[in-house]
Amino acid sequence: MFNFVLKRILIAVPTILILIVLSFMLMFAAPGGPFNSERPLPPQVLANLEARYGLDQPYWKQMYDYVVNVVTRFDFGPSFQYRDRTVTDVIMQGFPVTLTYGFWSFFVAVIVGVSLGVVAAIRHNTWLDYFAVGVTVGAQVLPNFVMAPILVLVFTLWLGWLPGGGWQGGQWQYLILPVIALSTSYMASIARITRSSMLEVLNAGFIRTARAKGLPTWRIILGHALKPAMLPVLSYLGPAFVLMITGSVVIDVYFSTGGIGQFFVNSAFSRDYAVIMGITILVGVLTILFNLVVDVLYAWIDPKIRY
Amino acid sequence: MTLKTLLKASSAIVLLSAIAANAQATHPETGEALAEVQSFTYRVLDEHSSVDPQVVEDVTGSEIVRDLFEGLMNQDAAGELVPGVATGFEVSEDGLTYTFTLRDNARWSNGDPVVASDFVFAWKRAVDPELASEYAWFMELMSIENAAAIIAGEMDKEDLGVTAPDDQTFVVTLSQPLPYFAQMTTHATTFPVHPATVEEFGDRWTRPENIVSNGAYVLREHVPQERLVRVRNEMYWDNENTIIDEVTALVINDVNQGLTRYLAGELDRTEVPPGQFQRLSAEYPDQAISIPRLCSYYYNFNLSEGGPEALQDVRVRQAMNLAVNRDVIVNNVLGAGQTAAYNFTPVRTAGFTLPDLPIANMTQEERNAMAVELMTEAGYGIGGQPLSIELLYNTDEAHRNIAVALGQMWQQTLGIQTTLANQEWQTFLQTRGNQNYEMARGAWCGDYNEASTFLDLVTTNSGYNDAAYSNAEVDQLMADAKTAEDPQPNYTRVEEIIAEEVPIIPIYHYADGYMFNPELRGWPVDNVEQNWYSRELYFVAGE
Amino acid sequence: MYPDKTTADTLVGAAHLAEVQGRSLWKDARQRFMRNKAAVAGMIALILVTLFAFFGGFLAQWSAQEINWAMMGNVAQAGGPSIANGHYFGVDELGRDLYARTVQGTRISLLVGFVGAAIAVIVGTLYGAIAGYFGGRTDGIMMRIVDILMAIPFMFVLILMLVIFGRSILMLFIGIGLISWLDMSRIARGQTLTLKNKEFVEAAVAIGVRPMTIILRHIVPNLLGLVIVYATLLVPTMIITESFISFLGLGVQEPATSLGALISAGAGQMQYGVIWQLAFPLFFFIVTLFAFFFVGDGLRDALDPKDR
Repeated sequence: MFNFVLKRILIAVPTILILIVLSFMLMFAAPGGPFNSERPLPPQVLANLEARYGLDQPYWKQMYDYVVNVVTRFDFGPSFQYRDRTVTDVIMQGFPVTLTYGFWSFFVAVIVGVSLGVVAAIRHNTWLDYFAVGVTVGAQVLPNFVMAPILVLVFTLWLGWLPGGGWQGGQWQYLILPVIALSTSYMASIARITRSSMLEVLNAGFIRTARAKGLPTWRIILGHALKPAMLPVLSYLGPAFVLMITGSVVIDVYFSTGGIGQFFVNSAFSRDYAVIMGITILVGVLTILFNLVVDVLYAWIDPKIRY
Repeated sequence: MTLKTLLKASSAIVLLSAIAANAQATHPETGEALAEVQSFTYRVLDEHSSVDPQVVEDVTGSEIVRDLFEGLMNQDAAGELVPGVATGFEVSEDGLTYTFTLRDNARWSNGDPVVASDFVFAWKRAVDPELASEYAWFMELMSIENAAAIIAGEMDKEDLGVTAPDDQTFVVTLSQPLPYFAQMTTHATTFPVHPATVEEFGDRWTRPENIVSNGAYVLREHVPQERLVRVRNEMYWDNENTIIDEVTALVINDVNQGLTRYLAGELDRTEVPPGQFQRLSAEYPDQAISIPRLCSYYYNFNLSEGGPEALQDVRVRQAMNLAVNRDVIVNNVLGAGQTAAYNFTPVRTAGFTLPDLPIANMTQEERNAMAVELMTEAGYGIGGQPLSIELLYNTDEAHRNIAVALGQMWQQTLGIQTTLANQEWQTFLQTRGNQNYEMARGAWCGDYNEASTFLDLVTTNSGYNDAAYSNAEVDQLMADAKTAEDPQPNYTRVEEIIAEEVPIIPIYHYADGYMFNPELRGWPVDNVEQNWYSRELYFVAGE
Repeated sequence: MYPDKTTADTLVGAAHLAEVQGRSLWKDARQRFMRNKAAVAGMIALILVTLFAFFGGFLAQWSAQEINWAMMGNVAQAGGPSIANGHYFGVDELGRDLYARTVQGTRISLLVGFVGAAIAVIVGTLYGAIAGYFGGRTDGIMMRIVDILMAIPFMFVLILMLVIFGRSILMLFIGIGLISWLDMSRIARGQTLTLKNKEFVEAAVAIGVRPMTIILRHIVPNLLGLVIVYATLLVPTMIITESFISFLGLGVQEPATSLGALISAGAGQMQYGVIWQLAFPLFFFIVTLFAFFFVGDGLRDALDPKDR
């Protein structure tokens, strides 16, 4: 187990380096630059700006300096677009927001998704099952950029119950709509996976034995079936959790939450290289981390698995 | 209680003292009864670039800077010059020296007096290569002595032609007379900064916890990509006459979401989504307002050597110009009060005389007939050589709609096959700037209220002449205009030449559709540059 | 977003069976599939949508690009669905026929789905089969590379790529396809590991058939069942990804369109009394995805004896 974790961490290093090189290459290939605008800058001003941000250096030097700064000082450089902020500032600003609504979405998706999946499996082939399947497939295929404006239209404009956007430090009123919009499709996937895996488990011999012993259904489910049925769900949750906490552009655009999803897309459009790099690295690290967490959990739930 | 009132109530508690002073107040000039809560909330499309006057480069940021800082001169509701920190100025006889007299009661938000050396500091900062302001060109445009050389790194910033003989006197020396120089001091780049604060905090001086400003408002809170809140500056010299207590800018990327939230009462001002103005103004006649702007929308022909051969033929360009049905575009595609453009400079530009252009007086049928004739003569289109043209624009719904409509007009009238190419902004700028296109969208907003800010674009050496158009007569006329006593005839003549040679196809002059809270007053609707100041606004009490 | 690991696990079982029982499995599978009502309905829906996408254009009375000037600027009142004026689905905000545009959008979305899935499946299968067949150090290096790529946030990279290299359908195909081949390669490798010790492979080695020929002739055909199911589940993922890309404004170029682009445009207009601009494209989008999900589930169940 320990060796396995160690090996994964060792792989993480080249992974992050490859990520940095890949992003750098893409950015150097990009037309335009952070200081291009409709009104071309006088060459001297442009030269001054590039000197200020080290963009006049050869590519390999920029990349080298960047890696050295990140590794030795944890310094991701200044944002080109927003002069009074560093990349660390931008991430420290946006990531907690994304993390908050991402975490709650994850929580809601898991609770609702698993419950729905379990209920559908227990009531297999009843109207409840069909209803659950219909709802989840529907929820999975409805794009959230359609759902988000509908939510605002209904809850803000028509009912007047909730604010249509903003963050206000994450007060609950501002959290509800983003969480609904973000969690729905994940909830649906979780419900579907839970259902099919639960069906499989319920047909297994040890459950039949438990039934034969006359245990009540809820005890069979909670005590015996749930844990093995969660294995496939777990392998889905790892990547899903990372996707949720690393931001959804759609949520940020429609609910003006100020999360890193919007920062990333904006930076890509305005060529704010440093911010793009910072967010990409953050997401890469989180992806590696949570894949690892999932694998460890897997081993814990199912001791048969050996790495 | 709706959320909006709840929000207003909570801010009301914070601002209790201010409100107590305003209780049952009436407007000092008009005598209208004022609303109890004076809090203005508006939508902005995107995060502003900065609130540092010398760094800010976007409209949103400039709006904030005009509230936080005050320059030498301000604009009134009609766009005319009124005193700001300066009570007035004198111009020397040769037009090269401007002497501004500063008021003695102007204060920074920390209580320090605003003195002439603050302006000297700020202006030198604007041209400082070390700061590398993206608006350094503006100081160059102002023709301040040595500005160009300092920006180019050839001279020290201390050599800039600005001095402060005493605390209340600020003197600027120009390298050439510039009739609209004083107008330019209403621009954010020329606003003062507090030297001690800038020096102490460096790049971070604009943060709410550090910033010291001299405008009617101070920065209270800034959450990037979410909101920016500014509140009344008690130190402001005219604080007594300021009515709005709190101003909030909310970043809402999606224009339709902005409208929904406006209708839900969360906003006092938002942009009208493309194509929705007519419906909204029918439904909310007291809220939907169209404001004309000093901006032109046009399409460039690529006239450089790499451009398509057919477009070098002036008849083809004239035909395409004629075949554009502007009325359909301004009424059906846009419909927010934009006006059809047959020339480049907006008609409302100060002093500008519109030439009498034949195209403007024809019906569309006549234009189309003439266009077909010209096209046939040139040997292209229906019955002639097939012509296929690519229209380049940057990714945006409104630009796309116009490009689609233009393409269909040219196809149906002239038999030109058009394809559309949209690119995201940065790529678009590069493609267009390198003349890697056939026809490309362009738009220009005046930097100041005078025709040269537009017509300089068609001179050979202009950095923004994306059409790569070159005409010696135009260059000469524009060069002469700089020193002419009355440059207006030159501008009119240049417009005539453009209309004849058609390097660009003017499509329309801008107007922006907005929704305004019906209780909001004081918006400078007639200011074509839309330089608005929150301290001029106020809410009247509702019925 | 990503097909789950269970799919992979059950698939491995299914393919294993395929190899043991030979041809009869396909017959069995077809029978099992036909008994699954949802899957059959999905299959029929899919056929109908495909017919609509490729032949629906013949019924259109307007081209997808032509502007109806009379309706432009007056769409909410005059532009609704109508059989009489030939705009069966109404017109879009510019007065273009929504029926013709939906046909075109469905076609492009299906193409993106199929081509993207094909790229992912082909690359993934070959990569996995090669790694599995050669084994040893080659396998180690190739699978480490997959591990590394797995950790890269590809949605971010895809956005960067589209922003930077400009938008083209080709880039979209490649970008979306490349995101998804990693899982496929792992599945294919695992399956190849068991296949390569089978007699028919050993026989081929013994008579001196070249390794690449063995992979293409003997290994890959035996992965087919697995590949089909995986591809069916991948197509809807591709279509969803494309719709997200369109939402960002990085999808196909105007005047061409996709369901994602139409829905994105329609969603922005939904409160302005032109709900048909959202409803029709969304209907086809949802039907297509539903169909793929049900067919995919049906195929998996049909090929997997465990879950009967």
